[in-house]
Amino acid sequence: MAIKPKLHYFNGRGRMETIRWLLAAAGVEFEEAEYLETRKQYEKLIQDGSLLFQQVPMVEIDGMKMVQTRAILNYIAGKHNLYGKDLKERALIDMYVEATMDLNEMIMFLPFQPPEEKEKNFALIIERATTRYFPVYEKVLKDHGQQFLVGNQFSWADVHLLEAILMAEECKPDILSPFPQLQAFKGRISNIPTIKKFLQPGSQR
Amino acid sequence: MSGKPKLTYFNGRGRMESVRWLLAAAGVEFEEEFLETSEQYQKLIKDGALLFDQVPLVEIDGMKMVQTRAILSYIAAKCNLYGKDPKERAFIDMYVEGTADLMGMIITFPFTPPQKRNLALIIERATTRYFPVYEKVLKDHGQQFLVGNQFSWADVHLLEAILMAEECKPDILSPFPQLQAFKGRISNIPTIKKFLQPGSQRKPPADDKFMAQEP
Repeated sequence: MAIKPKLHYFNGRGRMETIRWLLAAAGVEFEEAEYLETRKQYEKLIQDGSLLFQQVPMVEIDGMKMVQTRAILNYIAGKHNLYGKDLKERALIDMYVEATMDLNEMIMFLPFQPPEEKEKNFALIIERATTRYFPVYEKVLKDHGQQFLVGNQFSWADVHLLEAILMAEECKPDILSPFPQLQAFKGRISNIPTIKKFLQPGSQR
Repeated sequence: MSGKPKLTYFNGRGRMESVRWLLAAAGVEFEEEFLETSEQYQKLIKDGALLFDQVPLVEIDGMKMVQTRAILSYIAAKCNLYGKDPKERAFIDMYVEGTADLMGMIITFPFTPPQKRNLALIIERATTRYFPVYEKVLKDHGQQFLVGNQFSWADVHLLEAILMAEECKPDILSPFPQLQAFKGRISNIPTIKKFLQPGSQRKPPADDKFMAQEP
């Protein structure tokens, strides 16, 4: 019974965007339930018992109503062979992904900051991206010279890094200029057919 | 190369405590190095030991692991505390993320400026959002453990969360008979019982004295 996963969220990126990216990268078609636009819709979901901890994202997949972004992402990555081939590769993927999540989260919450904090936080995002996070991935790619971050194989870590790069470029378009490996990486991963498709206008991005 | 995992962190709970709990529950002996000065921390960064300039750091199986969730996932899987298939793993992940959210609120409490602290919200979330879920899970399947009728990371993490919540409000479990029984059962598992004894590597809650030590 190949039912498409069904995503429940607002009509926006938020915490669900990373899930959309991963499903798209894995070539999995998915549906999005009616976007949550009113408090009433949200409360109905809660009343139906659909939201384990009263929160979205919620993804209906393989007979489960999954909540908690990381749980959902872990499950999808594992199911679609994007989680490395052994525990150690998985550990590396987890480490890389946790860091890009930290960066993404800073960017995600920027619009919700009070105006007087925005400038300071924006500067912090740029600083963290260019001194804490991107140099690490630049070095990883340089050191092993492979196409992908982990295990010489396309994985969730690559998808997530591309997502983070594109979000960071929306903050500062030339943010990758000190990072030649990442520029090449961005080009390569963007050209993977499933990802290329997701980057086209009209996709669920 | 002793082979024992080595934990590097401040001498306090913070983000490392869940790692200590999990290793202890799995019966894995571990060593600890405590960061007490800014110099120690800067040295770690200069040595390239901290992938993203942050602790927790756990040296395990030849890796210098950072990022708490990555560390916990690795230990859970290695020690057979992560369920027996992807769906059990999915449930464990969901439950652990819930208890992590709750504990996250409690951990940051001492570090929040007094005028912004909201103990009432912590109590409310524990008793209306989180604990009812685990109470129902246990009631519905009637099993000893949260997932797959087998001891897992989810059980360890829930016990840790329960004990932290009780430090906020000692009778917080009074509406939850299943959780009370669960607490008793899991506390009696030999590895956990040992960890709950005085003198173990379990850390006390942060207080203002701890705050004064921050480098």
